[in-house]
Order: sequence, then C-alpha cells, then structure tokens
Amino acid sequence: MGKKIIEVKQVRKDYHVGEVVVHALRGINLEIEEGEFVAIMGASGSGKSTMLNILGCLDTPTSGEYYLDGTSVASMNRNQLAGIRNRKLGFVFQAYNLLPRTTALENVELPLMYNASLHSKDRKKMAIAALEAVGLADRMDHMPSQLSGGQQQRVAIARALVNNPILILADEATGNLDTRTSFEIMALFQDLNRQGKTIVFVTHEPDIANFTSRRIVFRDGLIRSEERTASVVDAREALKTIPVLNNHDAL
Amino acid sequence: MNYINLMRIAIRALKRNKTRTFLTMLGILIGVASVIAMLAIGQGSKASIQTQLSSMGTNMIFVMPGSMFRGGVQMGPSNMQSLKMTDLEAIEKNCPDVTMVSPEVRTSGQSIYSNKNWPTTIYGVTPQYLDIRKITIETGRIFTEREVKNSAKVCLIGKTVKDNLFANNQDPVGTVIRFKNIPFKVIGVLAEKGQSGFGQDQDDLIVAPYTTVQKRILAITWLNAIYASAASEELGSKAQTEIEQTLREQHKIKAGEEDDFTVRSQTELVNTFSSVSNVLTALLGAIAGISLLVGGIGIMNIMFVSVTERTREIGLRMSVGARSRDIMMQFLVESVLISIIGGIIGIIFGMGASALISSIMGWPVMVMPQSVVLSFVVCTFIGVFFGWYPARKAAELDPIEAIRYE
Repeated sequence: MGKKIIEVKQVRKDYHVGEVVVHALRGINLEIEEGEFVAIMGASGSGKSTMLNILGCLDTPTSGEYYLDGTSVASMNRNQLAGIRNRKLGFVFQAYNLLPRTTALENVELPLMYNASLHSKDRKKMAIAALEAVGLADRMDHMPSQLSGGQQQRVAIARALVNNPILILADEATGNLDTRTSFEIMALFQDLNRQGKTIVFVTHEPDIANFTSRRIVFRDGLIRSEERTASVVDAREALKTIPVLNNHDAL
Repeated sequence: MNYINLMRIAIRALKRNKTRTFLTMLGILIGVASVIAMLAIGQGSKASIQTQLSSMGTNMIFVMPGSMFRGGVQMGPSNMQSLKMTDLEAIEKNCPDVTMVSPEVRTSGQSIYSNKNWPTTIYGVTPQYLDIRKITIETGRIFTEREVKNSAKVCLIGKTVKDNLFANNQDPVGTVIRFKNIPFKVIGVLAEKGQSGFGQDQDDLIVAPYTTVQKRILAITWLNAIYASAASEELGSKAQTEIEQTLREQHKIKAGEEDDFTVRSQTELVNTFSSVSNVLTALLGAIAGISLLVGGIGIMNIMFVSVTERTREIGLRMSVGARSRDIMMQFLVESVLISIIGGIIGIIFGMGASALISSIMGWPVMVMPQSVVLSFVVCTFIGVFFGWYPARKAAELDPIEAIRYE
C-alpha cells in the first residue's frame, strides 16, 4: 500500500437552486493512493464534475472530510484553497484554457507566477523542463493559435506539471480531440504515471478509461461501482492499431 | 505574490490587446492634455495681466472725486470739483507711507504742429507724476518745479503724438506745438509704453505742468485726480487708508457719511484681475476635467468588457492558484497602468499643445509644474477609482463557473 494522496470521507454536496435543494454528492467515500491513475466516469449529472471540483480544491463539500496529502482541506477558505491549488495540484481542462496571444512558455509559467518564492530564472527553467517533458521543447515560442489541438493540450499538461504537483486532475482532457490524438495524450499521461505522478482523469469514454489502472463510476451522487482494470491497455500499443491519417502530431 | 510579477502579468495582459489598450488610453490622454493646456492658458493670461498691471506701477494709488448729493441731485464724478491742491498738500503732510504725490488735470483736444494735427489728451501734472506712473523719458527733460510755479508753456509728448505730428527723423525737442491753440514748447519725448492690458494706447498723451493746464487751458482750480505712490507694495493698503482719513478730514465728512471721493490702489486692481483670471482658469480646468472624467469612465467601461471577455482567463488563473486579491490587483494594476501611461503621454501632448497655442495664437501660455503633478495624481486616482469596481467583480468570480464560461 502506497501513501494516501486522497482520502474522502462521507462527502456531501448540496446546491440550492431557488427553493429546491439538489444533492449533487450524497456521501462519497474514496481513497486514492500515490502513483494511481484513476478514471472517474459517469453520465452528466452523476456528480463526477462536482467530485472533481472538490478534489481540485475549487469547491468545498457541504459536509464530510477531505484529506489531501494528509491535510484536511474541507474547511479551508478561498485563499488557502488557492495556495493548495498552486503548490499541490495541476489541472488539465477539456478546452485547454491557454491564454491567447501568449507563448507556450509563458502559458506554462503561469502557475509559477503566483508563487512568490520563485525567482524568475527558476521559473523559466521549470517551464522549459515541463515543456520538454511533454515533447514540445521546439514549440516554446509558439502562440496557441499556431499549435494543433493535441499540441495545445500538451502545453496545458506541461502547465499542470510545472509546479511538480502531487496530483494531476484532468477534466475530459481528450474530449475535444480525435481518437488518434486522444490516444497520444493518454500515452503521455501513462508516461507521467509511470514516472510516479498520481492522476485523476474524468471521462465518459470507456475506451479512454481502459488506459487507467482503476475506474470509479458515479451515478446520482453516489459511487456505483469501483474496479481495478484487469489489464491496462498501453496507449502506445493502441496507437498502432488505428490507421495513420496524418502524421503531423505523432509522438 | 510580489509586485514585480503583478506588473509583469498586467503588462503581458495589456500587450495582448494593444489596440484596446491604446483606445482606452486615448480617453485619459486627451483629458490630461486638455487639462494641462487649459490651465496653461488660464495661468498664462493671469501672469500677463499681472505684468501689465505692475508695469503701470504696483505701488500706485489714485484718488478720484466721487459722486455725491448736492441739494438732492446726485452728481456725476466727472462734474465734481471736490479735489483741490490743498488736499494734495494735506496728503503730503499727513500720510507717512506716501512717498510721492501728483495732481492730474486733463483735457482732450487737438494738437497741431506745422501742417499736421492729432487729437490727444493733455495731462497737467507735477514732475513726480512720471515716477508714480512708471513713465520714463526717452529724450529731453522733465519740467522743473519753477516751470510748474510759473505755469510755463512746456510739455513732453508721447510716442503716438510724436509719430503723428513729426516726420520720421525729426527731433521734436525744442519745437513748439499747439494744443487747443496754445503754444507749448516740447522739452522731452516719453519712452514707449505700448498698449495697456485693456487695449488703451498709453503713448497717446501730452504731459505738461498742472498749473498750465488749470489756468491757461481750462481756467479751473480743482483737480481731476490725485496720483500717489506708497512706500512699498506691502504698504499699499495702509497708505490708502491714510489718504482716505486725510481726505475725510479735509472735506469735513462726518462719521457715517459717505466719502465724496474714491481711492483705488493698483494692488487692488491686480487682485481683482487675478481673481477674474482665477475664475477663468477654474472654468477652463473644469471643462477639461470633465473630459478627464469621461476618460475615466471609458476605462471603467473597457475594464468591465475586459473582465467579461476574460472570464475564462480569470477562472484559469484562479485554478492555478491565483487568490482573489491577485486577480483584483492584476486588474487594478492594468487600469492604473493605462491611466498613468495615458497621463504621461497626455502631459507631453498638453505641453506641446500649449506651446503650439502660444506660437500660433500668440496667447501667453504658462505650464505650471503643479498642474503636471496634479494631473499625474488625478490619473492614478482615476485608474484606481474606475478600475476598482471591475476588478472586484473579477476577483469575486467563482472559479468553477469562470473556467467553463463560454
């Protein structure tokens, strides 16, 4: 048993929509260990996005306990949560969310800009290292508009990696990409996972979930099922099975 | 989060939208430029009026006969015969802060020399008059006390009179001109003084002993005015009071009764005109200030648009660890930068515009350092004031909603 990165106990989340109370999460218990690659699945409205927001310290639960890396974050205020996000978490979004008209390097530097303890030289060094890790060392000065979707998402992954987080949270990170590029991105995630990164990956595509080591399925605010993947599919192997249409984005 | 990072983030954000940044700046730029130029015009006119007035002698005090009731009839000041030489002598004797005093008797008429003639005014005075009114002699001499006593028919002429009666290269000194058919020997020419602040030609005059004008031209015994000079500018109002006291005693005016004369000092006049041009400056400044205000509202407007447009960016920044305060500061720094940079360019433009106005229109223009400092401070204030609300709106965004904002 590795170290527990995430420990969620009886987490509930209620939303008030006018007079009606919506129970988005109705008592979730969840543990994720260091080095795991977990897929969170479920239909829309199942509570998986709410879970991700809470895991990502963007939101706090109505009740219950959440320990991230041994620290209780359930009752932190906005500023404390921002600090946790800055130092311990990395986000990858479906729509990449890169700053327009800003170079890949500056985009990757962004999280470090909010870390006052870093020198600008270190910041640049770390950003370059992160871009190298995602295979974009030669695209550092490119604007997002000059990059393909897959490349943009890799810049976003570099941005998530740059602060050396204990946990990477991906929200439908392959949702805007074609199958081939999705597989390439998943191969990148698998590489990162092999290097020891803990990844939580929200998706609704079972194909994508096959690349992870464990899948947790949400339904109506509860965990419906939880299972380890019997045989994890290697994304790089899977890539070979789909015909090459254009080669511009190959690893 | 340190401030260098904050500046860097804000500058990057402004650079991303150069056109919009520039257009927003333009509002502040024009506002500041017009404030600087308007204040420069106002201050310039004030300064020029002051120099004009002090060229007429800042220590000068003059006494005119006032209007009064006589047998139920209100008399006009020009008909008054209340000022006499005895008053002048009393002032000389009883007013310690008055250094010089001169009577003035004047009348208009035609001056003639050979085949030329010119309508002008003759001023009957004593030699001190020239010192009091800061008139200097170009050539020749002033008349003597003796000539005053004898009602000598001698005179000094102003530049305008000289130009109209004499040929270019002719020296008038020693010639005899006629005024109202009385021959006057020209003993001097007065130095040119130019137009007064009110557009009056100060060189269109003949100066002669007051006795001559009183007896030989007008056949009167009273004076049109008394001119005096205070020991210093600071003693002006004290000297003025002394003259008022003396004249009240002389004219046997009882306490509570109105004066039958008016005493005015040049300092008073300077103050009056200063306050007039202050009002003018304030008015111009206010109009320009309104354009600055509009520029500020422009900043607020653009910052609101910017916040809405960059909702996703704000969400992203929050998700990677920006605190509300960081977001707020970023937008505040952006708006302050816009207004300060716009302000600096505006100051330069305003100074340029002032110089242009003064060279094209020939207006006196004076850029004051205070107005530069003031507009800089106002710019910063505008940046913070009008950036505050949009920045707060940005800082209060919910990161979850912001990041998925379409």
